[in-house]
Amino acid sequence: MTEAQPAQARQPGAGAPKLEALGITKLFPGVVANKDIDLTLHEGEILALLGENGAGKSTLMNIIYGLYQPTEGQIRVDGSPVVMHSPRDAIDLGIGMVHQHFQLVPVMSVVDNIMLGSETVDRGLLDRQGVSARIQELSQRYNMAVDPNSIIEDLPVGVQQRVEILKALYRNAEILILDEPTSVLTPQEIEGLFEVMELLRSQGKSIIFITHKLKEVLRIADRIAVLRRGEMVGEADPAAASQENLAALMVGRKVTLEVEKEPASAGDVLLQLRDIDAYTDLGEPALRSVSLDVRAGEIVGVAGVQGNGQTELVEVVTGLRPAAGGSVLINSVDMTNASPRRITEEGAICHVPEDRHMYGMVDAYSVADNLVLSSYYKKPFSSGLTMNQQAIAQHAEELVARFDVRTPSVRASGASLSGGNQQKMVVAREFGRPIRLLVAAQPTRGIDVGSIEFIHSQIVAKRDEGIAVLLVSYELDEIMALSDRIAVMFHGRISAILPRGQATREKIGLLMAGVSVEDETNAL
Amino acid sequence: MRRPVLATASPTTGIARTLRALLIPSLALLAALLAGAVVMILSGDDPMAAYGGLFKGAFGDGKGWARTIRKTIPFVLTGLSVALAFKVSLFNIGASGQFVMGSVFAVAVGINFEGLPVYVHLPLALIAGIAGGLLWGAIPGILKVYTGAHEVIVTIMLNYVASLLGGWTVYAGGTQGQTPGPLWDRTAGAISETPDVLHSAQIPWLFGPPYRVHYGVFLALAAAILVWWLIFKTPLGFEMRTVGHNMRAARYAGIRVNFTIILTMALAGGLAGLAGAIETLGLNHKFAPEFGGAVGFDGITVALLGQTHPIGVLLAAFMFGALDGGAATMQFESGVPADIIQIIQALVLAFVAAPLIIRLIFRLRPQSQEDAGSAVSTSWGGT
Ligand SMILES: Nc1ncnc2c1ncn2[C@@H]1O[C@H](COP(=O)(O)OP(=O)(O)OP(=O)(O)O)[C@@H](O)[C@H]1O
Ligand SMILES: [Mg+2]
Repeated sequence: MTEAQPAQARQPGAGAPKLEALGITKLFPGVVANKDIDLTLHEGEILALLGENGAGKSTLMNIIYGLYQPTEGQIRVDGSPVVMHSPRDAIDLGIGMVHQHFQLVPVMSVVDNIMLGSETVDRGLLDRQGVSARIQELSQRYNMAVDPNSIIEDLPVGVQQRVEILKALYRNAEILILDEPTSVLTPQEIEGLFEVMELLRSQGKSIIFITHKLKEVLRIADRIAVLRRGEMVGEADPAAASQENLAALMVGRKVTLEVEKEPASAGDVLLQLRDIDAYTDLGEPALRSVSLDVRAGEIVGVAGVQGNGQTELVEVVTGLRPAAGGSVLINSVDMTNASPRRITEEGAICHVPEDRHMYGMVDAYSVADNLVLSSYYKKPFSSGLTMNQQAIAQHAEELVARFDVRTPSVRASGASLSGGNQQKMVVAREFGRPIRLLVAAQPTRGIDVGSIEFIHSQIVAKRDEGIAVLLVSYELDEIMALSDRIAVMFHGRISAILPRGQATREKIGLLMAGVSVEDETNAL
Repeated sequence: MRRPVLATASPTTGIARTLRALLIPSLALLAALLAGAVVMILSGDDPMAAYGGLFKGAFGDGKGWARTIRKTIPFVLTGLSVALAFKVSLFNIGASGQFVMGSVFAVAVGINFEGLPVYVHLPLALIAGIAGGLLWGAIPGILKVYTGAHEVIVTIMLNYVASLLGGWTVYAGGTQGQTPGPLWDRTAGAISETPDVLHSAQIPWLFGPPYRVHYGVFLALAAAILVWWLIFKTPLGFEMRTVGHNMRAARYAGIRVNFTIILTMALAGGLAGLAGAIETLGLNHKFAPEFGGAVGFDGITVALLGQTHPIGVLLAAFMFGALDGGAATMQFESGVPADIIQIIQALVLAFVAAPLIIRLIFRLRPQSQEDAGSAVSTSWGGT
């Protein structure tokens, strides 16, 4: 369907200006989030917005969507200036936005979610049938299969995102803002999203797309705009750009996209998992007889499609989920179903959780308090009966500088940080502690290329210090770049463990899809 | 004209934040007083005269001030009780029952142990009162943790139990020879009440009659400071707040969530129990069923009006103390029934619990996503 589209539709600036942001400035307490930004979106184009963590991308989008009021500047739609007091105004102007955290009601059906806020009434009753028919028509037109009657929480993340997009289209959005839509998707889902985006473009819709993955930008964008520290630093043509020069434009220096590391010199086994069984919150089997060793000085990467037991594996190791069977040994001490505190203390383990909002941080706490979340009770942060605010602040200043967490002050609330900086804050806290075992799940989720380079080098440095690293990632690139050994998870089992040298993308890809590669599998 | 690009005074710190925290509660109080005035006008009364009388009654002379302070003391403690639980996202509706248990336990010690010196007997009686409340608060905490029973339901039920239990302990016995309660005053005839607390267990007067302000005022102040210190300065308080904000993050951080919930409910109960003990040992000098825990329910309003902050609770308790302190004079001077004060207090609760109404009435800008949520709105979430 996409091939049918003539090539000139991809010409930058082919359409008339659909949306213009002129001289946008946005101040937050102590931060200039946007500084005199000009941005134009043409009809029928996909504009990629790039920038470091905290560069001001989400802020600019929230202004365009009416969530924030700009301190200075003007928004124009179809050439005429508009004033928006809330997203409702933006929706009326044909602007739709899909936030990184979906705004759907999990227990309600697709129809109800799409209707919510713009209910259609037929003789005093909600017209579910009519809405359902419209949804079906839309999902056919844009090739987004969705059952209007299914309940949101039963749907995979990729489909939930489709519902969000349909919701915007249902409200007649002509302009679609997608804030980091791919960070929660599997590679297959990402490809599906891109096909939908291409289709939307071919029908004259205009899209702003935010991502930290440069490959995606080159794949889909018609035009690229780059923000740095709140300012528009330039545009790039995807036809002429490369990942390297985009990275350099974003960060303002050269970025090494490859991870440099020596071969591992693995020592004693530090983490030993034997025949672990565990269940999901709903009581379904999540881990089936999982056995895995991680040695001091090596990085073991767990590859797999999201939802194959990786989350539960990490939770069992860190004491957050009970193991129904099997044993967890850390440094030869039995830690099966020990309390998280004991595992952290005696196991000298640290944990970068997969979902920072769920586990990793307290939104209302200051950056400084968030940075002592797992060590607040220890000296020098607490001594005797009281907490030592000065030590906590000083510790925070050090970590914020070392891990380049962009915040106006360590007293700012965790919630006020940009998504990527929140992640960096969590990583800084966990990496900044003395440990023997590092458990990192999706450590670079939502982080910009420059910081990924830094975090990856930190993980390798930890390994070289003799720390055992268990890395879980849904990004095959990340697994391939860092791991010394790769374990593939499928349906709650470890289907293969391969030394990095024997692992090819194809082989891992097959294993992730559940195809067994018998002869080459060395089980343990 | 461009404004300077460097952002200056930040509303997230210092004076600005304090002022903003005070805004909604003050307006809620103002709105409740205005609504009270409307009710008075509708029933043909003169609100100016009524509020004049109210003010005079609360602050007009030394006795007025003394009355206000006296009435403030229990509000401070029950307000702190509810506020402390709020910090952990727990809704303690049980301050009333905890208050009663505190009174009963304190009086049980206070009427016994003749011959003990004051410095032993009084602290013992106070501690007994705290223990009574502690116990009554711990029960809903334990039930929540081990059975999942919601603390709102359990605390409400325990209020009835405490009230009936309190009534039974002082029961005068029936004409058909029913057994009287264990704490009943044998000399009281048909009246259900305890004997007077021994002198050695009474809280001494700071200003004796006719002013009648006892040293309990310092206990209430000390409790507010202690709660503030506990919540904001100690590792335990950090754990409590973390559980309150994000239970999963608390587990992740190695905090014993169940223990924290039980402990918080017990401490909250202890504060309300102390309120009961102070009222009994300082003012009533005995317990009777009518010295029940209405003040416990008002603790909810005081906590919310005080934005669940100990300092705010002090201010809110003082407001409530003044309203109660001036009520009688208001009725005497203007003829408006003192009950109107209860209506006003109830309206305050309605307005602070629904800040949206206040924002509408006073046309404040809606709290946008740019702001962090208020203390109360976050406390109400969670399980
Ligand atoms: N509600 C807020 N209150 C205070 N400061 C904020 C708020 N939202 C954003 N900021 C600040 O504005 C700056 C820009 O944040 P923004 O979220 O726009 O970054 P971003 O480009 O989307 O970054 P990321 O890639 O990490 O998501 C950051 O320094 C952040 O701390
Ligand atoms: Mg962002």
